[in-house]
Amino acid sequence: MNIAANQQPDVQKEDSMLLQKAMINANYEALASAHDEGKKISSTFVPGNLNELLMCFDLVRNLPEINALQAGMRKKSGGYIMEAERGGHSEDVCTYVKSDLGMMAKGQVGPSGKPLPTPDILLLSYTGCFTFMKWFELVRDQYDCETAMLHVPYQADGKVTKNMRKFVVAQLKEQVIPALERVSGIKFDIDRLRGYLAESAKAEDDLVWVLQSAKNRPTPIDAYFGGVYYCGPIFTAFRGTKDTTAYYRALRDEVAARLDLGLGPVTPDGAMDEERIRLVVEGPPNWTHFRDFWKMFYDEGAVVVASSYTKVGGVYDFGFRHDPEHPLETLADYCLGCYTNHSLPARVDMLTTYMDEYSADGFLVNSIKSCNSFSAGQLLMLREIEERTGKPAGFIETDLVDPRYFSPANVKNRLESYFQMIEQKKARGNARTAA
Amino acid sequence: MKTFIGIDLGSTTTKAIVLDSDETVLGRGITNSRSNYKIAADVAREEAFLDARFFLFRKQLNDLPALDGKLDEFLGNFEQDFRLEQYLEQLNDLEGVCVASAADKRLGTDGPDTRALLADVFQRLNDEAPTLFEPGSRRQSDFFRDIAGSQYANASESFVQGSGISFEAMLNIYDRSIIEVENRFDNSADESKFMRALDRTCRRSTRFVNLLDKLRAPLKNILDIRFEETYVVGTGYGRATLPFSKEHIRSEILCHGLGAHIMHPKTATVLDIGGQDTKAIQVDPDGIVESFQMNDRCAAGCGRYLGYIADEMNLGLHELGPMAMQSKRKVRINSTCTVFAGAELRDRLSMGEKREDIVAGLHRAIILRAMSILSRSGGIRDQFTFTGGVAKNEAAVAVLKELAFENYGEVVMNVNPDSIYTGALGAATFAQRVVVH
Repeated sequence: MNIAANQQPDVQKEDSMLLQKAMINANYEALASAHDEGKKISSTFVPGNLNELLMCFDLVRNLPEINALQAGMRKKSGGYIMEAERGGHSEDVCTYVKSDLGMMAKGQVGPSGKPLPTPDILLLSYTGCFTFMKWFELVRDQYDCETAMLHVPYQADGKVTKNMRKFVVAQLKEQVIPALERVSGIKFDIDRLRGYLAESAKAEDDLVWVLQSAKNRPTPIDAYFGGVYYCGPIFTAFRGTKDTTAYYRALRDEVAARLDLGLGPVTPDGAMDEERIRLVVEGPPNWTHFRDFWKMFYDEGAVVVASSYTKVGGVYDFGFRHDPEHPLETLADYCLGCYTNHSLPARVDMLTTYMDEYSADGFLVNSIKSCNSFSAGQLLMLREIEERTGKPAGFIETDLVDPRYFSPANVKNRLESYFQMIEQKKARGNARTAA
Repeated sequence: MKTFIGIDLGSTTTKAIVLDSDETVLGRGITNSRSNYKIAADVAREEAFLDARFFLFRKQLNDLPALDGKLDEFLGNFEQDFRLEQYLEQLNDLEGVCVASAADKRLGTDGPDTRALLADVFQRLNDEAPTLFEPGSRRQSDFFRDIAGSQYANASESFVQGSGISFEAMLNIYDRSIIEVENRFDNSADESKFMRALDRTCRRSTRFVNLLDKLRAPLKNILDIRFEETYVVGTGYGRATLPFSKEHIRSEILCHGLGAHIMHPKTATVLDIGGQDTKAIQVDPDGIVESFQMNDRCAAGCGRYLGYIADEMNLGLHELGPMAMQSKRKVRINSTCTVFAGAELRDRLSMGEKREDIVAGLHRAIILRAMSILSRSGGIRDQFTFTGGVAKNEAAVAVLKELAFENYGEVVMNVNPDSIYTGALGAATFAQRVVVH
């Protein structure tokens, strides 16, 4: 697609978003009719998801935290969470979990309004979030379905060793694949896996190109608020499909066209006029007030040029690609390399690199009230990155999908203060340079 | 005269500072925040301009031999007399509004008995007014709503006996009327009020009675000064609602950082405990903010907490600190939840704990919470400046000093008597720098 040709960048941008929306809706349709059509359903999580492997068994993929996220964006999570709390889950429990459990308690109707049938297998690829494990325990208790668990060793020393890889591959061979064969009744075909992985690698190339376009000034994308859309297909039920490869090619063309025209990111209120502040952001966004939250940034000319959240479903920008030549090993490397599986020093290194390579003016943490797994150590990271880069750091607190924990006035107040602090420092730096 | 104005619209009070081109503070003004933010800002600004006139008047009288050795006394009396004139004027306004409110048939107070009762109440308020503003007198609050409200309630309580009109009905009339009166903006700086105050000051003391003619001309000079509002900067929680364009708005973090630096140039760390937020700010040697942390979604442990405790104990806010200082044995209190505070207080009282020990424990609890926010911002560095309404509370200051020493060693801790104006001072300095630099 060529934006320059018809001079309608906003419409072109919406095209890729519409394409993605169609993919998501089609997946919800597929989930709703799966059992009627004799297909089996697997539930799995975003970080460390083995989508290509699941596709080898014709399993329809359900991602509970995406359902929670969608419920948040569609203003349904508040009711689900209260339902889960009535069921005895405390206020401090991860709100993705409560949204999912509440949705189940309210009749298993998914965010699109279609039924979400009971999964046939829960595949847990454990990549650093302890809550995921407890979540599936609760779901298994409710559905009494089969569970397969892949233990992914934590990258405590910041590197993947041969033994780690071997351990994961052995589990894939001895535990996960046999379980998937048993549930689906389909024999594993490694060449089919290679085919999907080859598609994944193509899409990953284009995704990385899109995310790295933010190194330009002005950046043609917002790598956090826009970024969550860009990483949607590849992080969820679609990685390895031809549709996804096509989506990323289309997205890359759109972004390339905006880049050629020197245009900034497209926001819900149209193209961003002026890029005043470039940020690196750590932590997930708030989903219940996603647009209000975004507006607090673009109204002040603040744009996110890199974020860690767009790496939770896979870190591709330091060279990793799914490799069809080594199918099981590459799946192991993918899981081991997920952002959530990185140690704090490795996360600091990565974010510091982003600050430098993306010419950021500041580093912002959005700490999630109900996510201890992600939030632990964030202040430490903030201090370290502040010290290493000399750039101002900011800290705000919201939640994933509990609308009660998003206080617009508070968040706006802190963000405005933070942005003004950055501008004040920049102005002083400029004055010194001029002198 | 060029002036630069900073307005800090807080959740409890609205403050204003007026600077001249040399960054000299000419005046400070404060009022209670209210639903009409524009009025709150206008009143605070007007109060600051009034204060500026007193400041300039003092400068002009400095060299007057007739006031040699008694200038402070004279100006102290004069300001009190001016406040009395202001109070009487607003009282008159309030009486009219109360009579009109009482006439509302829905209240059931529209008969002649209520009018007579209101006349008696307001007569007493007028009679009592001079005592409130006597030289050296201390009031629980300087805001009209608080002073008049307390006097009105006392007078109503005694007059309603046997009148057939309930005390609640009288309070209802007041509540309906006070908002209208305090939201009616009046240019308080009119010459006649100043002159009446001067007349009152000179006539009531033999020390000043012969000075009336000598002082009229200098006062007239000051009143003739036209203040040009060269640039205004708004800050504080309600800043977005101020009727200013975006370039006239600064975040309170930046303003508190700069304001603390102006007050105490060696400031490195600032703690501000306001009505609904607690801010820990690290600034560089020029007062530029390097990092900050604030309380999260919950306002537990902020100034409102102490206000709530004071209400629960039927005390004035300013009485809490001195009471806590009487404590010999602090009660350990963990919760800083404002909603739970009342229950916690009653529970401790029922266990036989002394009021002063409980209040001391409550002070410690809020400062412990502030310490957590401070540590998140990077800790306490030398020098450490404590600002905001809570910095006026001696018990809070004492606990903070103790905990700062325990956790960070010896640091110089600044508590400015005008610390409540820190944000407004920062805002006014930004205003001055926009134009002058």
